[in-house]
Amino acid sequence: METGFSSPRTDAFPAGLRVLVVDDDLAWLRILEKMLKKCSYEVTTCCLAIEALDLLRERKDGFDIVISDVNMPDMDGFKLLEHVGLEMDLPVIMMSVDGETSRVMRGVQHGACDYLLKPIRMKELRNIWQHVFRKRIHEVRDIESHEGIDEIQMMRYGSDQFDDWHLLSGHDLTSGKKRRDVDSKHDDKDLGDHSSAKKARVVWTVDLHQKFVKAVNQMGFDKVGPKKILDLMNVPWLTRENVASHLQKYRLYLSRLQKENDLKASFGGIKQSDSSSKDPAGNLSLPNSIKMQQNDSASGIYGMPGNKTLPQSVDQKIHESDLKGIVSLSVMETKKAPIHDIPDPSKVSSSRMVPNHPFGQLEQEVKYARFNSSIPKQYAWSQVPEVQFKQEHKIHHRVENGFNHLPLPGLQHHVQVDFIQPTPSVSSRPFNKEREKPASIEIKPSYNNFSSHQTIQVAPIGTATNLFPVQSESYAISFHTPAPTLTATLSMKNHGLNQIFVNELESAQRNLISGNCSGFASSDGDLISCLLQGNSYATNVELQNKESFNHNCPELFVETPTCLNDAQRFDYDYPWESMEYPVIDQGLFIV
Amino acid sequence: MERSQMYRQLANMRKALFDQGFLDEQFVQLEELQDDANPNFVEEIVTLFYRDSTRLIHNIEQALEKNPLDFTKLDSYMHQFKGSTTSIGAKKVTNECTQFREYCKAGNGEGCKRTFEQLKKEYALLKKKLEAYFQLARQIGPVESACRPK
Repeated sequence: METGFSSPRTDAFPAGLRVLVVDDDLAWLRILEKMLKKCSYEVTTCCLAIEALDLLRERKDGFDIVISDVNMPDMDGFKLLEHVGLEMDLPVIMMSVDGETSRVMRGVQHGACDYLLKPIRMKELRNIWQHVFRKRIHEVRDIESHEGIDEIQMMRYGSDQFDDWHLLSGHDLTSGKKRRDVDSKHDDKDLGDHSSAKKARVVWTVDLHQKFVKAVNQMGFDKVGPKKILDLMNVPWLTRENVASHLQKYRLYLSRLQKENDLKASFGGIKQSDSSSKDPAGNLSLPNSIKMQQNDSASGIYGMPGNKTLPQSVDQKIHESDLKGIVSLSVMETKKAPIHDIPDPSKVSSSRMVPNHPFGQLEQEVKYARFNSSIPKQYAWSQVPEVQFKQEHKIHHRVENGFNHLPLPGLQHHVQVDFIQPTPSVSSRPFNKEREKPASIEIKPSYNNFSSHQTIQVAPIGTATNLFPVQSESYAISFHTPAPTLTATLSMKNHGLNQIFVNELESAQRNLISGNCSGFASSDGDLISCLLQGNSYATNVELQNKESFNHNCPELFVETPTCLNDAQRFDYDYPWESMEYPVIDQGLFIV
Repeated sequence: MERSQMYRQLANMRKALFDQGFLDEQFVQLEELQDDANPNFVEEIVTLFYRDSTRLIHNIEQALEKNPLDFTKLDSYMHQFKGSTTSIGAKKVTNECTQFREYCKAGNGEGCKRTFEQLKKEYALLKKKLEAYFQLARQIGPVESACRPK
């Protein structure tokens, strides 16, 4: 069924809004029910969180919004919030008698779209429909731009992966998309109704996206503009609007990656550590793959937020939240470094950099979210420099999932190379066109330098699902190889969005390189491919990145130019900035 | 007693509850929610509250008997209880809850116990008053038994 917009209720919207209220306090449950009924909403009450989740799962699309108390006996309200956001992608309003800033902050971080204090007045409930409306609008926008990617992704990855990917990406994109795609594919009414007038959908295929990323990188992320990109891309049937909306998503993706990176960094644990090159490659590939073509793996990466251990939970959490609202678990900073991954030393702390690693696209939103989440919390925004990338890059090479190739730690190097090869076309292109990705191995060396782990945590940005169990650690290794490529790509010019990716990549690379390799340059492509490959890694990467990010990548993360930079603290100048992240971007932004 | 007298008495009782700080704005909200579909809504909620909170009070009492006191747990119970008291607008009781939580944060066991005793008194007193209020309201009949202030 449709969201409020398309259902019959739409006529009298917001009347008939389907609200699910969850509160263990029976008196309040009754009061809220009555109040909501008075607002002409359709109310369902639940006094247990578990019950509420079951209800939501049973009746997918059966509710428009959830209102939940924070303190419940069977499950923490925040946890419920995350689940709902992740699985169902519904707006959630939290309630509590406690209005302490820290609690409210937590609520927001976990993705709550509002936080009400008890006693709740009826007038506060009257306007809750705005949250539903807002989400719909955003969804439509997202869907529009991602539509194509989704489909492509599907085709690319094959069913299981796709499923996983969807899982990973979290519900946001997927569910929303699925819903929309399925329904609106043929009749855009849902989408078309509101939000931007949709014209014929543009399917952002990997190739197309690569062209896009290339164009962005060519221009320099800062100076990028839809018109210019369009010109550079030289795709006759593409309109400026298509590009503009894609650019917007791309930016979001990158920023999310960065956040994830940051987050990962904060988590610190996962860090890929050492292996340096691996990560980057893995990471990069992950995201890239997504975009690039490799997507298969990449998706995995994205999906898996967390890489090893934590990741799952952490990522999940993060992702969820991220997904939801990109909560930003501190990820904000997410280092963009998608590209970074620089597995080794460079922890890709660049999280600041493009948060959305190349993976980005997997789920797009989801991915982003994931990334963010994986990024160790600590990085709150910008600070993540180090870890950031890691997270994203984390690409979890290991990941069993997707990436079969990436053998995780040991192999990585090789693997990377291998992967990179194939991907190079995909990724390398995006990155730098020039770099050919010779073997991601190049990166590796550089990564090592980075000192801390460059774990490029390519936290699957979107993928909430942990498709790839990947243990980020292994990724690190595998990523190492890619690292070199990362740098390579990174060095590419900073093209706007691509830049971001590149930044990440760069950061990752930087990290790697900082050590000694300054010559990443060549392997961008490789790295990227690694990333792509490492889709599966991505997930793990995230978490792992945290650690890695921390230390090394402050430099790497430096730049995430646009979005990511907000908080970034790239303190040091990042020579990378100019690097292009093209590869990464592409991979990531596939979604 | 004549009906009109009863009305007046009810109105006075109500006013006193507000003036004396037993009830706050939330109670008015409940009254406003009362309608033909739920003619005894306010009473229903109050009944729910007293039924539910008995368990919470019991939990707190037990926790206060432990040695040493687990302030985190106590605070958590009280947090729950406070949420409940806000549902009916039990002003004085809510205030005691807040005070209790302050003592918990400060780790002041004595303060907690003292406050809790006070809280129980207020809680019981309000219960009695509301019971009388609703009884009178029921006597008057389904017609609006309370006039909203202002």
